Amino acid sequence: MPDVVVIGAGVVGAACALYAARAGLGVTVVDQGTVAGGTTGAGEGNVLVSDKEPGPELDLALLSSGLWAGLAADVGGFEHEPKGGLVVAETPEAMTALTGLAAKQESSGVRAAGVEPQDYEPHITSGLAGAVYYPQDAQVQPMLAAARLLRASGAQVRTGVRVTGLTRSGDRITGVRTDEGDLRAGAVVNAAGTWAGDVAALAGIRLPVLPRRGFILVTEPLPEPLIRHKVYTAAYVTNVASEDEGLETSAVVEGTPAGTVLIGASRERVGYDRTVSYPVLARLAAQAVALFPALAGRQVIRAYCGFRPYCPDHLPVIGPDPRAPGLFHATGHEGAGIGLAPATGLLISRLLTGAAPPLDLFPFRPERFA
Amino acid sequence: MRYDLAVIGAGPAGMAAAGAAARGGLRVALIDGAPRLGGQFHRQPPPGAGPPSQDFLRLRDRLTRADLHLGRRVWAVEPGFSVHHDGGTLTAERLLIATGAHDRVLPFPGWDLPGVLTAGGAQALLKGNLVVAGRRIVVAGTGPFLLPVATGLAAAGARVAGVFEASHRLGALARHPARAVQGAGYGLRLARHRVPYHRGQAVVAAHGDDALTGVTVADIDRDWRVLGTREIACDTLAVGYGFTPQLDLAVQLGCATTRDPDGTPVVAVDAGQRTSVPGVYAAGETTGVGGAELAELEGLAAACAVLGTPLPERLARRRDRAREFARLLHEVFPVRDGWRTWLRDDTLVCRCEEVPYRDIEDARDLGATDARSIKLLARPGMGWCQGRMCGYAVARLAGEDPPPPRRPIAQPITLQDLAAHPRRSPDVP
Repeated sequence: MPDVVVIGAGVVGAACALYAARAGLGVTVVDQGTVAGGTTGAGEGNVLVSDKEPGPELDLALLSSGLWAGLAADVGGFEHEPKGGLVVAETPEAMTALTGLAAKQESSGVRAAGVEPQDYEPHITSGLAGAVYYPQDAQVQPMLAAARLLRASGAQVRTGVRVTGLTRSGDRITGVRTDEGDLRAGAVVNAAGTWAGDVAALAGIRLPVLPRRGFILVTEPLPEPLIRHKVYTAAYVTNVASEDEGLETSAVVEGTPAGTVLIGASRERVGYDRTVSYPVLARLAAQAVALFPALAGRQVIRAYCGFRPYCPDHLPVIGPDPRAPGLFHATGHEGAGIGLAPATGLLISRLLTGAAPPLDLFPFRPERFA
Repeated sequence: MRYDLAVIGAGPAGMAAAGAAARGGLRVALIDGAPRLGGQFHRQPPPGAGPPSQDFLRLRDRLTRADLHLGRRVWAVEPGFSVHHDGGTLTAERLLIATGAHDRVLPFPGWDLPGVLTAGGAQALLKGNLVVAGRRIVVAGTGPFLLPVATGLAAAGARVAGVFEASHRLGALARHPARAVQGAGYGLRLARHRVPYHRGQAVVAAHGDDALTGVTVADIDRDWRVLGTREIACDTLAVGYGFTPQLDLAVQLGCATTRDPDGTPVVAVDAGQRTSVPGVYAAGETTGVGGAELAELEGLAAACAVLGTPLPERLARRRDRAREFARLLHEVFPVRDGWRTWLRDDTLVCRCEEVPYRDIEDARDLGATDARSIKLLARPGMGWCQGRMCGYAVARLAGEDPPPPRRPIAQPITLQDLAAHPRRSPDVP
C-alpha cells in the first residue's frame, strides 16, 4: 500500500510525487488520461514572477523559480531556459503603472530593471513607452518536465485509470476507488487540475475550480531567433487577475528552442468548449504583429487550446482539507501551474510528513470558499 | 456573393461535382490550392508542355458555369459556411469537401536521403513538369498505385530497376476481370520496359552519403519481418504505402468519421455523400481511398444529392462496384506492423522535427501511451507538415490506429493574413 495516491499526472501531480518521494514516502500516481495530457500539455511553460502582484502567489512563484532551476540541474532531461521576461508598456500611463508594480515587486524579492525595449529585443516595434526586464522569468518544456519529474520520483504511474470515488473510514479518506479497483493509501492528493472540483465532489466537498480557455498560435520554425525573451504587454498582468467573463487577449510572444514562436494569450470562460474561435486567433495574430512587425510574413502552422484551472479569487488551492481528513488539494493554479508546480509539490510533501512548510499556507486553504 | 455550393478540391470528385451542380443551375465555387485544375490524379503539365488527357478535358469542359478559385489554399472552414483561404473568405449555403489524400509513408533507415521520393511525389513530378525523377529508379511500397508510377517513369525514359510490392496476396484481384485486364495492361508495359515486378519484397533501407546510391531490398514474411536481404544500386527511390485521406476541414466542422477496413480514418457519408453535419458533403478519397473513377462517381452523387435529383441507376451501380473493389484493395494491400523492425535507433521518424526512433521509444518509456502523448514528449508531428508524413507511423508505434487529425489551421497562413480575418464569426443560421 502506497503512502500517498496522487490524482493527476500533470506537472503539479508530478511535482507532488517527486517531493513526496524525496521525503521518503511511497507514491502512486493515477490519471484518467496520459502523462501531461491535460492542461500541462496545452500551455506555454511559463515560469514567471513578473506577472504577479506582491502577495502569497508571488511568494509561491519566487520559491518555485528557484526550485525549477534546481530540478533542471539535478533531474534534467527537459528544456529549462532562464531567459528572462520583458514586459513592455505601450503608453506612458501603462509605463507608470508598470514601474509602480515593479517597485512593489522588488520589495518582495523580485529583480526588475527599467530598460529600453530595443536593447533587449532588436526586432520589437518602435514607439513603445518603455519596458521592465525581469531576469528571474524562465520557460520550461512542461510535458517533458512533468514526465521527467515523475520518472525521478520512482512513483508507480497508472495512466488511463479513472477515479470514481474516494474510500473512507469514518470521516477520514483512506484511498481512491478507480475503474481498476480500490487503491488504499495514507493520504490522497488531488492534483487533477481543471477536474479537481469533480474529484472534491466525490468526497462531498465543494471546490470551485473552473476551466478558463486559452488559445495559443505556433509559427513555423524560424531559421534564427527573432525573439530572445518572454515578451508581453503590460495588459497581460491586468487580464490575469481579471474577473471578466468575456474574452480578453494580450500579446505574449516568445521563441522556443525548436525555433517556433509561441503566441498567446487569450482567456475566456466557456466551459470545456474546444470549438476553435477564429476571431480570437485573429486577435492574437494582430497583437503579435503589432509587437513584432517582423513576424507579419511568418507562417502560423498550428493552433491549440487548453483549459486553465482557476478559482474565483485567482489563487491556487494548496493544503489539507479539514472537511475530509487525509485529502490534500494541489490545484487551481490557472495559467501559472507550470511555474508554481515545484513549490506546490514541496509544500504538499511538507504537509504530508508533518514538517513545517516554508510559506504561510493560509491564503491557499481549500475551505476558504465555503 | 453567397454561393449555393462551395466545392473544396479540384480533383476528379470536386470537378465532377462542381460541373454537375453548376449545370443544374446552382451558383458554384470550386476552390483548390493548386494553380491548375486536376488535383493529383489529373495533374496537368504546364501550358504548352503537352496535351491534357481526355478524361481531364471531359471534366474541365463541364465546368464552364462554375466560378474557379485556383491557387487558394483553404486554411479553415466555419459553420454557415465560411471558407477561409489565403486570399480571403467566401461563403456558401452548402459545402462539398473533396480534398483528396496524400501519400502514406513509412520510415526506414535512409528514407530522408535526397533521391528518396514518395510514389505520389515522383508521379507529380512526372505529370506536372514532365521531369523524369531520376535515371535508375526503384519503385517500392504497396498498392496498385505503384504500377502506373513504374510504367510512367519507364515510358518517360527512366531505367526502372524493379517494382517491390510488399503484399504477398494479389490473387484475390483476379475476381474482378475488368481490373485484372487493367492490371495485365500494366504487366505488359512493365514487361516491355523490362521492369521486374516482385511480391513479398520491400525496400528496408536506403544508402548513400549525401544522396541515394542504393537500397536494401528484403524478402519479407506476411507480417513484413525481414527474411533475407540484397543490395540494389539506384539513384532514385519512389516509395509509397497507400494514401491518407485529408480530413482536416471535415474534422474542423465536426463531421463524424469512421474507419476504412485498414483502420484509416475517413469521413462517414450516406448514399448521397452527406456527412453528419447538415449541408456538408464529402466525396472522393476523403470518404475512403478508392481511386479517380470512384471519386468522380461520388462527386456526381454529391451533386445529385445537392440538386435533389436521383443519381442515375447506371452510375449508382458503377459507384457501388468501384467501392467494392476499393474495399478489396484495402484487404489485399494492408500495411503490416513488421516495418517497425526495419527501424534503427537513429532512423528519423519525423523529418520536420528530426525526431529519431530512439526518442519515440524514450517517450514511451517515460509514460507516453498514445500518439498524442508521444507527440507532446518527443515532438513528432509538431513541424511543418503537422504530422501528415509521420502521423501514421507514430500512431502505429504507439499501437493504435491513427486518430482523425485535429488541425484548426489546415494550411500554413501568415500572421498578417490571419490578423486580417474578420473579427466576428459569421452568423450561424
